Amino acid sequence: MTAPAPLLSVEHLTMRFGGLLAIDDLSLDVAARKITGVIGPNGAGKTTFFNCLTGFYKPTIGSVRLNHPQRGVLRLEALASHQVARSAQVVRTFQNIRLFPQMTVLENLIVAQHNALQHASRFSLAGLLGLPAYRRAEAAAMAKAVGWLERLKLIEKADTPAGALPYGMQRRIEIARALCVDPLLLCLDEPAAGLNPRESAELNELLKHLSRDEGIAILLIEHDMSVVMNVSDHLCVLNYGRKIAEGTPAQIQKDPNVIKAYLGEEDADEMRADELRADEAIDQEAVR
Amino acid sequence: MAALILAHHQTSPAERLKDAAAVAFIALLLGIPMIGLLTVDQGGALRIATRWPALFAFVAACFVGRLVLRYALDQWRARQLARDQADTPAKEVSLATNPLLNWIGWVALGVSVALPIVFAENRYVVDTATTVLIYVMLGWGLNVVVGLAGLLDLGYVAFYAVGAYTYGLLSTQFGWGFWSALPVAGAITASFGVLLGWPTLRLRGDYLAIVTLGFGEIIRIILVNWTELSGGPNGIASIPRPSFFGLPFKPPGDDPTFASFFGLEYATHQRIVFLYYLILVLALLTNLFVSRMRRLPIGRAWEAMREDEIACKAMGINARNVKLSAFAIGAMLGGFAGVFFAARQGFISPESFTFSESAIILAIVVLGGMGSQLGVVLASLVLVLLPELGRDFAEYRMLLFGAAMILIMIWKPGGILSHREPTLRYFANGGRR
Repeated sequence: MTAPAPLLSVEHLTMRFGGLLAIDDLSLDVAARKITGVIGPNGAGKTTFFNCLTGFYKPTIGSVRLNHPQRGVLRLEALASHQVARSAQVVRTFQNIRLFPQMTVLENLIVAQHNALQHASRFSLAGLLGLPAYRRAEAAAMAKAVGWLERLKLIEKADTPAGALPYGMQRRIEIARALCVDPLLLCLDEPAAGLNPRESAELNELLKHLSRDEGIAILLIEHDMSVVMNVSDHLCVLNYGRKIAEGTPAQIQKDPNVIKAYLGEEDADEMRADELRADEAIDQEAVR
Repeated sequence: MAALILAHHQTSPAERLKDAAAVAFIALLLGIPMIGLLTVDQGGALRIATRWPALFAFVAACFVGRLVLRYALDQWRARQLARDQADTPAKEVSLATNPLLNWIGWVALGVSVALPIVFAENRYVVDTATTVLIYVMLGWGLNVVVGLAGLLDLGYVAFYAVGAYTYGLLSTQFGWGFWSALPVAGAITASFGVLLGWPTLRLRGDYLAIVTLGFGEIIRIILVNWTELSGGPNGIASIPRPSFFGLPFKPPGDDPTFASFFGLEYATHQRIVFLYYLILVLALLTNLFVSRMRRLPIGRAWEAMREDEIACKAMGINARNVKLSAFAIGAMLGGFAGVFFAARQGFISPESFTFSESAIILAIVVLGGMGSQLGVVLASLVLVLLPELGRDFAEYRMLLFGAAMILIMIWKPGGILSHREPTLRYFANGGRR
């Protein structure tokens, strides 16, 4: 049995800032319709990795290939950041939320559909004249935005400036906005940061729904283990820019390198006995 | 001093006295050379005279004034604090369209249409109103660049100059008329906008401001020095006036004129009023155009670019195109205003396009409230009429002007109208759509 070709394959990615090696020879595959988690201690290079994927940084060495179902293989490292979103449909959110704060929630979601609308407005001429083709495109964009707002329980706030809403809601708006770009691959940078347990649980459900029912592949950077371990199909652990482990959440939880990276050397020794016992329990559960 | 005035915490009477004494001391230091000492001419030789009573009066006035100001500010702040505490829980962001603003807009339109009819015999009023409208149009043009796209442009007057010189040259050298030169001048200034936009794509904020400032000066200096093209400091004279659908405003002659065609007595006043209505129509078209653009994808992209450029790129928006289009369209509108300016004055020279013009136009946009169309109108009224009304105060009028601007910025830090109207709504005015 051969595994299906991955949606995204990262090969030997290296990012160097002067003397600092932020990412060191990272190779990783992201499967279509699956959730891939990227974890690691602070400063491990997770966000830098996202910036390399989405065209905000040009990697020093390495390639990032995307298997686009319609457009064939795209080399993301050669594309500008807006082309990554537009042509490759790889869309990201940001660790420190980046909404358009003075614009309303609905406007935020309409701006995300800029390319389709701009095309329909024919250099703004059809839009200026209010031609029917443009009106239809605008109505369609509106329907899509409203659809996502309803599913993410944001519709009541549609006309509120995005910057005036609470933090947890802003996180959801950023995801809704990214979804309006029609992503093949959604890169979420710490979507659960600052969420309360109930909101985290809702996020879990949303992410599962997006990958299973909408067929969107998700690449997830997250510190909140209740989210990562729960939703990820596959996990990749970074430390000092290197991949130190890769596998299913269960495999990662008992990986000695990961424990060492997170807890330090000595603690890891003390914890090992406990961990082994816990792992056995997990394994038995898996067998059952 | 500004820092002292704006200092926050509540003050006790003793503190207030101390504060007023400090201000009086500063006033004394400044006052000794400026008020206390006076040079008088005595038989060709300069001699220093003293005015200690005047100085004393000045210092005393500063002391008392500061005490009163401080007391009033404290009272005002205390009342505001009490009010804030009273209604914090109910503080929701007001979203409803403000009907008052719409109403003001329509009244302003009505007044501007009726103005030359009411003041038919008063050329000064109509002329001043025309000047106001030129600034309104320039403000609406710059609003695209600064208010919507958030690109701080300190050299906007360059586009005004390019538009004016384009019409000046086309009409005097090639005999083009106003209406045929208008679109050409618009296209040329738009390409100048792109020319400025290209090298500044990566810049923002202060750095962008410096480059645009330089661009404005470059255009002016070229106009001063390239004598063969622009006539240098002498400018371009006898630029033809716009005609009414081919009917010129001239004393009756061989060709039909406006007056003879309509069987009217010829009067210079007809031209003045025509120019007024012309700029009114141009300005209204500009307003219509800009407010429609704002509701189109490109307009929303401008605003999104102002809010967060990186997020725009992550949404697949090509930042270069969006910025260049903002520069081009802003420049084009400035160019149209320039064409009108040249046609109205009949004479242009680099003197009309100095940095202070750019500063005034920018002040109109900022004072009006970034991105607000009606705010631009109110701010142009303030900025053009204040110096006019202040003519009686002679050399103090710029001081008055500055004080008025500072006061507006203290009262309304976001501009006269800082309310932003969403470009589309899901709930139509509170009710479900």
